[in-house]
Amino acid sequence: MTYDILGIWVAAFFTLCIFSFLYRDNFFYKLAEHIFVGISAGYGVALQYHNVFLPNLWNPLTKEGKLILVIPFFLGALLFTRFLDKISWLSRWALALLIGIFSGAAIIGYGSGDLILQINANLLPLKTNSLLTSLNNLILTVGLIACLIYFFYSKEHKGGFGFVARIGIFFLMISFGASFGYTVMSRMSLLIGRVYFLLDDWLGILH
Amino acid sequence: MRKFFEFINKLDRRVIFIFVALAIIIPLLRPLNIKFTVTEPVQGFYDAIEKVPQGSKVLFSCDYEPGSRPELFPMTVAALEQMLRRNLKVIALSLWPAGPPIVEEALSDVAEKQFKSKYGVDYVNLGFKEGREVVMVSMGSSIPTTFPQDFRGTKVSEIPIMQGVSNFSDVKLIVNISGGYPGTKEWVQQVQARYNIGLVSGCTAVSAPEYYPYYQSGQLRGLLGGMKGAAEYEMLVGRTGLGRKGMDAQSMAHLIIFLFIVLGNLAYFSLKKKKT
Repeated sequence: MTYDILGIWVAAFFTLCIFSFLYRDNFFYKLAEHIFVGISAGYGVALQYHNVFLPNLWNPLTKEGKLILVIPFFLGALLFTRFLDKISWLSRWALALLIGIFSGAAIIGYGSGDLILQINANLLPLKTNSLLTSLNNLILTVGLIACLIYFFYSKEHKGGFGFVARIGIFFLMISFGASFGYTVMSRMSLLIGRVYFLLDDWLGILH
Repeated sequence: MRKFFEFINKLDRRVIFIFVALAIIIPLLRPLNIKFTVTEPVQGFYDAIEKVPQGSKVLFSCDYEPGSRPELFPMTVAALEQMLRRNLKVIALSLWPAGPPIVEEALSDVAEKQFKSKYGVDYVNLGFKEGREVVMVSMGSSIPTTFPQDFRGTKVSEIPIMQGVSNFSDVKLIVNISGGYPGTKEWVQQVQARYNIGLVSGCTAVSAPEYYPYYQSGQLRGLLGGMKGAAEYEMLVGRTGLGRKGMDAQSMAHLIIFLFIVLGNLAYFSLKKKKT
């Protein structure tokens, strides 16, 4: 219980240190920033060691005798050759494998799960039984075509083509506005979270 | 009027910070109870869980870290409450390194304390696995091979809830709470499309515009966007968490920001016009 209270006080102190930057840069902000960076780096290393290296590689290899894991262990060790100039090229083998696997997974996922299904989902009927649905589908179709034309650079944006491209800009601006609105909402949520922590957990003045 | 606009134009940004701080603190201390309605994507999220037959197994992937906690933790505990109330068996995991302790906290608050559910029988925390999309693809082949042990170090083969769970075909729904990459986008691309399994998502407000097309296309059955989505969902579940408590503060902060944007633009264009 005492440790919990101490934890809350430490968290409250560092929250206020970070908030102090809103007034101007100062010693307390820098202190909190440096401690945060140091702890994050240490925590990250410890977390990766205990959650990734030990259960996925070291324990199965040494305790369960899964000798096949010597291969990923060797490839992983090759990544550290970057610190040795003469043999640093060896790290590219492991990197090539990583990039190949992730690229393959990403391309297949994007092609089948995103591109094809999204094109399919945007081929909508413009005439439906509901007037609102028809209007929605029309707006979506016009917006899609206008935006695609805006990003088509092989033809100069002049005349009718330029007019449609300008409509595309309007749709893009609306989408940027919506994204910005959501970003503001997200940042405010984080601020509310910290203020709630200060008022409730630390000061205990919320009901 | 000109003097007022000049004052606005030169306004110290710290004054705006004070107004935003007051807009958040006052509603938290004195709730205004501003009413809001449940939107269609949130209703879809709720309905998707309601439609899962009782006793079925559900995969609950909490892919976020403490940085997104204020937005995502409220929806995490609310989703857990709905799933456990429906007697669904929850298989929790995280694809973010610092995710499992948050999952543990949510499970402790809701499963252990509120529902008195039994670990290993009603729910399990498989912990974190490095590999992002590759982990998802690997789970499609075999979940027990991908996660040989749970967060507490128990072998998956010894956990009752994991008996009969081989791959995605053995779970009825995937509930993803996403803080970014890897998250909802990767679950849609790597799992939903490939295995045609039901997927619902709760995400940060920043990510929501990116995920709405997936809801529109039917790839997501429901979507909770940020604290607003969490608040609506809490209302459906019947829970009063940070989502609902923070809605008044959020609304007032948005109002203040909106007012300053309008005033700033009016001042800028008015003074610019007079200069020319």
